[in-house]
Amino acid sequence: MEVLNGKSVFGGIAIGKISIYRKGDEQVKRYKIEDTAAELARFEAAKETAKEQLGKLYEKALAEVGEVNAMIFEVHQMMLDDLDYVEAIQNIIETQQLNAEYAVATTGDSFSEMFAAMDDDYMKARSADVKDISNRVISVLQGKNDAGLTSDEPVIVVADDLAPSETVQMDKSKVLAFVTRHGSTNSHTAILARTMNIPALIGCNYDDDMDGKNAIVDGYNGLFYVEPEHNIEEEFLKKKQADIDKKRMLQELKGKDNITLDGKKINLYANIGGVNDVGAVLQNDAGGIGLFRSEFLYLGADTFPTEEEQFNAYKQVAERMAGKKVIIRTLDIGADKQVDYFNLDKEDNPAMGYRAIRICLAQPEIFKTQLRAIIRASYYGTLSIMYPMIISVDEVRQIKEIVKEVKKELDEQGIPYGEVEQGIMIETPAAVMISDLLAKEVDFFSIGTNDLTQYTLAIDRQNPKLDNIYDSHHEAVLRMIKMVIENGHKENCWVGICGELASDTSLTKQFIQMGLDELSVSPTFILKVRETIRSIDTTK
Amino acid sequence: MKEFKYVITDAQGIHARPAGLLVKEAAKFASTIKVAKGEKEADLKRLLAVMGLGIKQGEEITIKIEGADEDNAAEAIETFFKENL
Repeated sequence: MEVLNGKSVFGGIAIGKISIYRKGDEQVKRYKIEDTAAELARFEAAKETAKEQLGKLYEKALAEVGEVNAMIFEVHQMMLDDLDYVEAIQNIIETQQLNAEYAVATTGDSFSEMFAAMDDDYMKARSADVKDISNRVISVLQGKNDAGLTSDEPVIVVADDLAPSETVQMDKSKVLAFVTRHGSTNSHTAILARTMNIPALIGCNYDDDMDGKNAIVDGYNGLFYVEPEHNIEEEFLKKKQADIDKKRMLQELKGKDNITLDGKKINLYANIGGVNDVGAVLQNDAGGIGLFRSEFLYLGADTFPTEEEQFNAYKQVAERMAGKKVIIRTLDIGADKQVDYFNLDKEDNPAMGYRAIRICLAQPEIFKTQLRAIIRASYYGTLSIMYPMIISVDEVRQIKEIVKEVKKELDEQGIPYGEVEQGIMIETPAAVMISDLLAKEVDFFSIGTNDLTQYTLAIDRQNPKLDNIYDSHHEAVLRMIKMVIENGHKENCWVGICGELASDTSLTKQFIQMGLDELSVSPTFILKVRETIRSIDTTK
Repeated sequence: MKEFKYVITDAQGIHARPAGLLVKEAAKFASTIKVAKGEKEADLKRLLAVMGLGIKQGEEITIKIEGADEDNAAEAIETFFKENL
């Protein structure tokens, strides 16, 4: 087995045989001609044929990849008619009395070099377009048909570089993936691969003797496995199946409501740990973000993140979610998640130690910076704030006082902000038992089932010896969830779950029967949970 | 002669597709139409030359039109820029 690196321009997995794509003989001979008028006419005819071919490619691309991507062939036709290009070719034929093939090749090279020398990546990539049209005219002059794939079975197409016309000409049902040695992320091959949904790698230094060998293209990690070992192939077959399932779910479930057969609707949001996860949230069609863990801002830093740094991160997420709800959980750092600059003491029992809201209330300057950043960012979308590790009504009142101060300061400074819902995590048995009182103080509850289970069952999840008695469906935990929902609803406080249980589809029906308003799960589980919701009847 | 300035607002600048459409538009008129970016100038009816200027978002260009149908041409070209670039 050999593993080659490449740069992925489109994700996905392909497994199959390698077919090395060889272009037609590109050698162009240079020779003197006698009859320049005849040679000019020969060029003119070849140019017209090339334009006709491009017109057909345009139609093919239009049907396969849409107008925006097909437009390039119309541009190619225009390039062939470009006066600078045509006059340069005619000039070589007339004044130097050289053959048309040579004139086209030389002119193509010089325009291609002009683009390659430009300081803009997009224009640099256009040098391939000029080469492509020139090669097309030369092929016509030489009386060649389009080169292409000769294989009968679907293959991984491996090539030095692929011109847009070459990729479009290929029979798509025979192409599993593209792997090229050259090319850029702006090249048409990359763009077309994305549109056609096939994995593609560029910058991959393959050997010509790999032709016909079995291989795997891992478009997620930019890897090319040639003659993979059996267990690796098995692993990728599974990944590929998961991809297929996901695609099917996307097709069937994207844009659909989270509604049960008997008409009960529930909000389905995503949990994220950073700005970069928003892409997955949108791709999987989540209705909002139910848990935005803010720790990434603190964990990846050497000092406290400034208000501006935090504001920018929150604003970016708010804007990208375009009005959909985003619930930001304030700092949940503790003695188990060590950050040097917090100077936290080593604790024997960190799960029950100095952490989360306890730090925030003891060191309100850290807390206020974060609150200011969130509330300022609320102007750019729909933001909510959620406080972790609450055990008393008094804590919530202290927090609300601080929020009031922050808003007052912003008002005085004339800084705008939006409506901000405030809620708390329910993750301690104490919060569950007084949820009737807490519900009067806040807009929503989000149940953190991981910690709640650990505290309720008195089982340390880090201890593998206790795995056999750790029961995530323990009746005590389920009763607590029911109690929280009932107490919340009495005070018009909506209730969600953002812990691991939220994606446990064996409990979805029970949760909806309890009246739960929201489930927040990792982006990859959104569609799976939606599928479950749409298949259940809560009356049965 | 007619002359006007325009600042490109399209995030991608004058890339291949709009350049093609622009050249098509210019070709409808008999007048000579030039586009200048700084010192560099190109014939607006020549696609590769227009692309060769590498005009990006935020850059100011000057269009000069001279010929019998310059009034109509100026109006059409300016409208094209406003609508597409």
